[in-house]
Amino acid sequence: MSRTWAYLSNYLVYSSMAVYTLSFFAHAIETAWAVRVTTEDSKKNIDYKRTEKVARIATAMMILGFVLLFAGVVARGVSAGRVPWGNMYEFSITGAMAFSGAYLAALRKYDLRWLGLLVSIAVLLTLGTAIAVLYRPSAPLVPALKSTWLVIHVSAAIISGGVFLLANAIAAAYLYLDAMESRGERTAWAKRLPSLEDLDQLSYRLVAFVFPLWTFAVIAGAIWAESAWGRYWGWDPKETWAFITWVAYAAYLHARVTVGWRGRKAAWLCLFAGSTFLFNYVYVNIWGTGKHTYSGL
Amino acid sequence: MSQEIEVPELGSVGLLRYGWRQLTSMRTALILLLLLGIAAIPGSLVPQRTQNPIKVGEYFKNSPELSKWMDRFSLFDVYGSPWFSAIYILLFISLIGCVLPRTIEHFHAARALPPATPKNLDRMEHHSSWTAQGDELDKARAWFKSKRFRVLERDGSISAEKGFTRETGNLFFHLALILILLGISFSSLFGMRGMAIVNVGERFVNTTTSYDSLNYGKLFSESNLSDFALTVDKFTAKYNVLTSAPEDYTLEVSFAKDDLTKTEKRTIKVNSPLKLGNTSIYLQANGYSPVVTVRDSKGNVAMQGPVPFLPQDANLRSIGAIKVPDADPQIGFVGSFVPTYSRSGADGAVSVFPEALDPRLLLAAWVGDLGLDSGVPQSVYRIDTSKMNQVGLKSLKPGETFIYPQGSITFEGYLQWVNLEIVNDPGKNYALLGGIVAILGLLASLFTRRRRIWIRVGKSVEVAGLAKNAAPGLESEMAEFVAMLKGEK
Repeated sequence: MSRTWAYLSNYLVYSSMAVYTLSFFAHAIETAWAVRVTTEDSKKNIDYKRTEKVARIATAMMILGFVLLFAGVVARGVSAGRVPWGNMYEFSITGAMAFSGAYLAALRKYDLRWLGLLVSIAVLLTLGTAIAVLYRPSAPLVPALKSTWLVIHVSAAIISGGVFLLANAIAAAYLYLDAMESRGERTAWAKRLPSLEDLDQLSYRLVAFVFPLWTFAVIAGAIWAESAWGRYWGWDPKETWAFITWVAYAAYLHARVTVGWRGRKAAWLCLFAGSTFLFNYVYVNIWGTGKHTYSGL
Repeated sequence: MSQEIEVPELGSVGLLRYGWRQLTSMRTALILLLLLGIAAIPGSLVPQRTQNPIKVGEYFKNSPELSKWMDRFSLFDVYGSPWFSAIYILLFISLIGCVLPRTIEHFHAARALPPATPKNLDRMEHHSSWTAQGDELDKARAWFKSKRFRVLERDGSISAEKGFTRETGNLFFHLALILILLGISFSSLFGMRGMAIVNVGERFVNTTTSYDSLNYGKLFSESNLSDFALTVDKFTAKYNVLTSAPEDYTLEVSFAKDDLTKTEKRTIKVNSPLKLGNTSIYLQANGYSPVVTVRDSKGNVAMQGPVPFLPQDANLRSIGAIKVPDADPQIGFVGSFVPTYSRSGADGAVSVFPEALDPRLLLAAWVGDLGLDSGVPQSVYRIDTSKMNQVGLKSLKPGETFIYPQGSITFEGYLQWVNLEIVNDPGKNYALLGGIVAILGLLASLFTRRRRIWIRVGKSVEVAGLAKNAAPGLESEMAEFVAMLKGEK
């Protein structure tokens, strides 16, 4: 029974990859057409509807991919009889889901479709690595992980991570466009992207929105550590890097709100903070030692 | 060309004041915050004594010169090092110096009335005006009241202000961080932490001598050890038959507090320690203790009982030492216990499953001087064989006896042992409270906006609004306000 669910989960994850790939192509075509539309003389009659139509298809595919991946993650959980956050394969598929979910959620409020190409590439790479390198058969949890806090702590951390990475992508776009503008005018395709000011604001809002959740994830982890390991804080490498990420984002928020940093400096700080999160995920899980490393990643 | 600039003498008070201002400035706080993050990095890359003393030992063995230098900079004790402490202490002083004056200022500001309506509202943002109906001021008053604005009414105008929660939350967040730090300091001064290995069937009484290792804070006294005793009745470990991964550990104890004659049955699991006030008893590790009887050549019992062995891998192949200092000459056994025996060409005896399905005890017997009187502390799991001679090797099943020239050893069977960690952490509830307040404060400060709305009613109605830090959302609030005044709803 559990094996059937595990197979179903694998099929769903594979299918979501196929759909994300379609979304990626649609985004690529949309970007290419948008470039042509902006390059050609706007007085000529150009069919803008086509670009719009492809963009809609791209988003629809992204939503479908998200739904399939969500189902895949749920099936994985059912197959193991627990929340699907027991090893790095499961973190990765859930993380990819959170990242595209954060993008889709932000899309309801802001027109971020220009970012869709990047998001679909990142999701595909994450899923590909997860399946090729990190895959482990579905198995029950070791005793230390058997706790309600697994659901609370890990879900908070994964959602925070998804939003942090989205903020990072926007900060990176800011820096790229900023460099382009300082050399002169924006190139044709970049003209349709939001203004620097909007990007700056957006990445700040995403961080400010999710920082309390990250704080909660760290504190929930501490409460769990107290009952599982006998201490709420022990400078375990994972804890240390979670703290570093927290400090980096706290510094970012202070720099913006109190000192008035904007633009380039703020974007670099945002990128730095986000990279501490990624480092924590990749380095500590794979090469690190400590209590957060469980057998087989 | 040089020009002397005349600098007024600061004097020592002035210098102190200058230093204090520098320390409590936002810029310094920000730099200290970033420094704290950077300073935490080396501790995650270099092994730390508090977590992994064995790895630190390997470092010293592999590159002694470098390690000595690293140790001088406390790189093996980063989080207790003077430089790390210096950064966070400075940060917290800076924080206190920043937050306390702001708290007082905020306390006054929160009780003050909003400033009077400016004369020229048309210069403000979100300005609009229309012909008055007459009841706008009453409507506005009621609206402000229902939305809990603080208002100042004067000369046909109302000045209303809202969003003090932002600063309140901000201050509570920072005060909560101080509370967390106080909680941590309190624990490290008054707390204790100890480990004890207890065989199934044995009794543990909470006194300092019962512990294998015990650390306590500077202000902790032995009389603070809570009064309890427990007997380990049963330990059950469940493993996955395919992967050997543990699935469940359950420890059943007979627990007695205060009156040690009255016991009650309690269960300890990995995620649910046994709690007694501020003291918690955790199940941290488990393993096997082979039970042996050692006899001398005349058949007299020289030693009898269980000896805890240390697990080496996921299948609980364990190593240990059986020392018989009372025998003459002294005898020691270097041993290895495998719960489920199998032979592997390269490694010799291995264990293929963590449960004791087919246990073996493999022994090397040594005769000579155990070196226990030399004063150098020895591991209970190892034997210094430099002054000893090996007299035999043997693999034993339960019940079998190994006879060597100086006597014999019988492998009677095995017991399971559990490693209990007993922690008294009196400050953790303050830290937890600090954590909860910090999140609530953060939410309040990040999701409330401070803004002012004005209305003046004469022949025409004039309204305007202003949001601090150009926070978004005022526009829709103003639209709602205007619609309400016009009775459009």
